[in-house]
Amino acid sequence: MTGQELLDSLGKLFGQKLQDKTEFRGETTYTILPADLREVAKFSRHDLSFDYLIDITSIDNFGEDPRFEIVYELYSMTLAVHLRLKLKISEDEQVDTISDLWPTANWHEREIYDMMGIKFKGHPDLRRILMWDGYPFFPLRKEFPLEGLPSEMPDVAFTKAASLEGGPFVTRPSTATAKDREPRARPPEL
Amino acid sequence: MADTHATAYDSKIEGNVIFTRLDAAFNWVRKNSLWPMPMGLACCAIELMATAASRFDIARFGAEVMRFSPRQCDVMIVAGTVTYKMALAVKRIYEQMPEPKYVIAMGACASTGGMYRSYAVLQGIDQLIPVDVYISGCPPRPEALLAGLMKLQEKISGEKSSAAQKPEWTKKLAGAVA
Repeated sequence: MTGQELLDSLGKLFGQKLQDKTEFRGETTYTILPADLREVAKFSRHDLSFDYLIDITSIDNFGEDPRFEIVYELYSMTLAVHLRLKLKISEDEQVDTISDLWPTANWHEREIYDMMGIKFKGHPDLRRILMWDGYPFFPLRKEFPLEGLPSEMPDVAFTKAASLEGGPFVTRPSTATAKDREPRARPPEL
Repeated sequence: MADTHATAYDSKIEGNVIFTRLDAAFNWVRKNSLWPMPMGLACCAIELMATAASRFDIARFGAEVMRFSPRQCDVMIVAGTVTYKMALAVKRIYEQMPEPKYVIAMGACASTGGMYRSYAVLQGIDQLIPVDVYISGCPPRPEALLAGLMKLQEKISGEKSSAAQKPEWTKKLAGAVA
């Protein structure tokens, strides 16, 4: 079976459950519903040869509903095919874990929980992984300020807001000269 | 021609007796044998290692004995980014060092948080423990660390160590002399 046949068989089996197919530089992306995640993931893992979970990432589309987006990057070592699965969930929803299918998902899901506050249903050990237990915020959410917020956990850790000294110093997406692109103090326009 | 008297020169003790102030003797001993606590937390630690290696050779300044037990250390070299998660651990290690103790904040991150204006990074180790010498650079070159070490040695040689660190003993000694 070639890589293209592999992706075709996925499309044939799941049909309507796979939406918004996009191809970019040989990588295929599908959007799926959160409810279908386990079924699609299980089939990709066991029947198609997607034996390598490269990464799981999450996006905060603040102001939209559903708010969060989770992106699964799958790869087949045997056929060298890349498959990207996306799903959208709202703030109060939980996503099914896939840590029983790819053990590496255990820590990826913990990191998403730590940084974004998205919970994974059925995860064996959903603790924070970078920040400490008891830290009250989810720092990669859009409403969390860049300089941080003060917090206190006696004998464990504390945080303070950092001084930005006129910043944040951010770049501007532009193809203009380097002078226009370079980081300058640009407070967020809220 | 005047006579030279044997009392002015005694070959038996020549070179074995020197006169100095007590503090100067203490400080001289201390500053030339600073045992560092290598608190290597990020890329500055690589430069710290380079400083200890043969090309720059921190042993020339008597500070080559890196100890990984704080109880044997005199100076803590905080080399790298101090995250909030690490901050209280750094403080605890500092507290376990015996007096007199000194701190060198090596590099931009340890001194001020550096480029990390962030929720996760302590904005300078001086918010938790007293710092004696700040070294600029990102990371500083080994020469800069050696310059910082020499600055610290200068500071130590000007200390009133006996009065500051052993006040009662000094008072008793002064009473005995008087």
